[in-house]
Amino acid sequence: MTAATEYSLAELCIVAASRAFESDGEVLATGIGVIPRLAASLAMKTTNPDLMMTDSEAWMLSEPNPLGKRPADFIPATESWMGFSRIFDNVWSGRRHAMLGPTQIDRYGQTNTSALGGSYEAPKVMMLGARGFPGNSISHPNSFFVPSHNTRVFMEGECDFVSSVGYNPERLPRGHSLDDIDIRLVVTDLCVMDFGGPDHQIRLVSLHPGVTVEQVQENTGYPVHVPADVPQTSAPTQEQLGIIAALDPHNQRAVQIKDNPPGVRTA
Amino acid sequence: MNKQMTARDVVAGLTDGMTIGIGGWGPRRKPMALVREILRSDLKDLTLVSYGGADVGMLCAAGKVKKVVFAFVSLDFIPLEPYFRQARQSGSIEVMEIDEGMMLLGLRAAAWGLPFIPTEVGLGTDIISKNPDIKVIDSPYDDKEWVAMPALRLDVSLIHADRADRRGVCQIAGPDHYMDDWFARAARETYVSCDELVDTDYFHDPAQARMVHWERSQTTGVIPIAGGAHPSSCAPLYGFDVAHFKAYAASAKDEAGFQGYLDRYLGDSEEAYQQSVGGLDAIRAIELPTY
Repeated sequence: MTAATEYSLAELCIVAASRAFESDGEVLATGIGVIPRLAASLAMKTTNPDLMMTDSEAWMLSEPNPLGKRPADFIPATESWMGFSRIFDNVWSGRRHAMLGPTQIDRYGQTNTSALGGSYEAPKVMMLGARGFPGNSISHPNSFFVPSHNTRVFMEGECDFVSSVGYNPERLPRGHSLDDIDIRLVVTDLCVMDFGGPDHQIRLVSLHPGVTVEQVQENTGYPVHVPADVPQTSAPTQEQLGIIAALDPHNQRAVQIKDNPPGVRTA
Repeated sequence: MNKQMTARDVVAGLTDGMTIGIGGWGPRRKPMALVREILRSDLKDLTLVSYGGADVGMLCAAGKVKKVVFAFVSLDFIPLEPYFRQARQSGSIEVMEIDEGMMLLGLRAAAWGLPFIPTEVGLGTDIISKNPDIKVIDSPYDDKEWVAMPALRLDVSLIHADRADRRGVCQIAGPDHYMDDWFARAARETYVSCDELVDTDYFHDPAQARMVHWERSQTTGVIPIAGGAHPSSCAPLYGFDVAHFKAYAASAKDEAGFQGYLDRYLGDSEEAYQQSVGGLDAIRAIELPTY
């Protein structure tokens, strides 16, 4: 297990994000987007072989599929049918952990995937819609990946449209407790965070090499809880880099973070 | 019973203000030939219920839509549907924005004749605050509050299948039938276009019959239109047309806009449309997507 000295920021984020799944046990890991999908796949190949995963279409796999075009003789490790209607049976059972990339994340961990600015009747920017975020957020654990950590994503105030529930006491449904909501890791191009601060405040978990606490705070529109001792995000091992390369043979990970910077940034 | 009919017959039976469910998912297995026939008609003020793609975008762009019930409208590889986006940003349509799973529950409630299905999905989000018609209720069994997801009752559903016989036995041979069985059950009338019309004995093979997801009593009409899902996919027969969707999305930025797209492609019949996109052989040659 040799720590690599040369790796990209994307690879650092994949390894950091894969830790979100390591203690999950037997749940469906859904990583939407290249880095979350590689993170879930890496966890399934290393720290948590009990994870379940789909082919992003209609089949459950016992081994994650490599990303992108595969050779004509490639045989996916199909283990069951898992069409979209059945996904909801799994979601509502709670035995799932999704990692997604919302457009806004507010101080409560509420997210927005739907509409920005203007009025709800005529938003300035219409995005995807609420998708499955409302159900995911109240049914099972969720993590987030943010490729560009800035105050537009981590914005001041409350999300323009709340697609998913967070730790906002004002919106807490009757009969529920804030502890029912389970936001796990928030992995960005600067750091790893969670909502483990006082009263579910966002908290710094680790800083990527070359990043300062000040940089994280400046790029977050609300106060980040900073524990006394903040470690550096662990470098990928050579073994992890090899597995990632095999899972991503077309190197899609190189175009996920602007300019594909190295994992160790120099000022 | 012979349920075979034409797209023109289907659209002639639709009226302004109807609530229409559309099967498929994003850019996948949409009944686009039936949507195109609506584009050729005078229909208006429709309410659409859809896991939306270009079906919703095109009908919005053509001014056919009063309201959209949606969780997303997306072409997947082009995440934001360009004409739905325009319609939302100009405030020209009403919306009922819900979670993907809530839509499934609403269709099930309609299918089962229930006024609503309780769920915790939507609690604490703007799905509830922006939809005054979705009520939050007390439970007779616990002290929690629950969302009463109302039945999404459909006047008509439009679905595209791989194969069907004249009696309305419909087969979806692709890996996922999405929520199409629930669309068929939630509607008073369900019209299914199909790539291939087959004889009933086709289904005597249990492996083929296994891919039939609702009873023929839920199918009102069968409309054979080979390639009728284009530019969306109909796996395993053909993938979605990436180049066509790119041209469609680009048209939203042109001065001629959607009218330019219609002038170039729609034509006065499905035959004319298919000629404008290279013909059926070209559609059937479109590679399936890799996820």
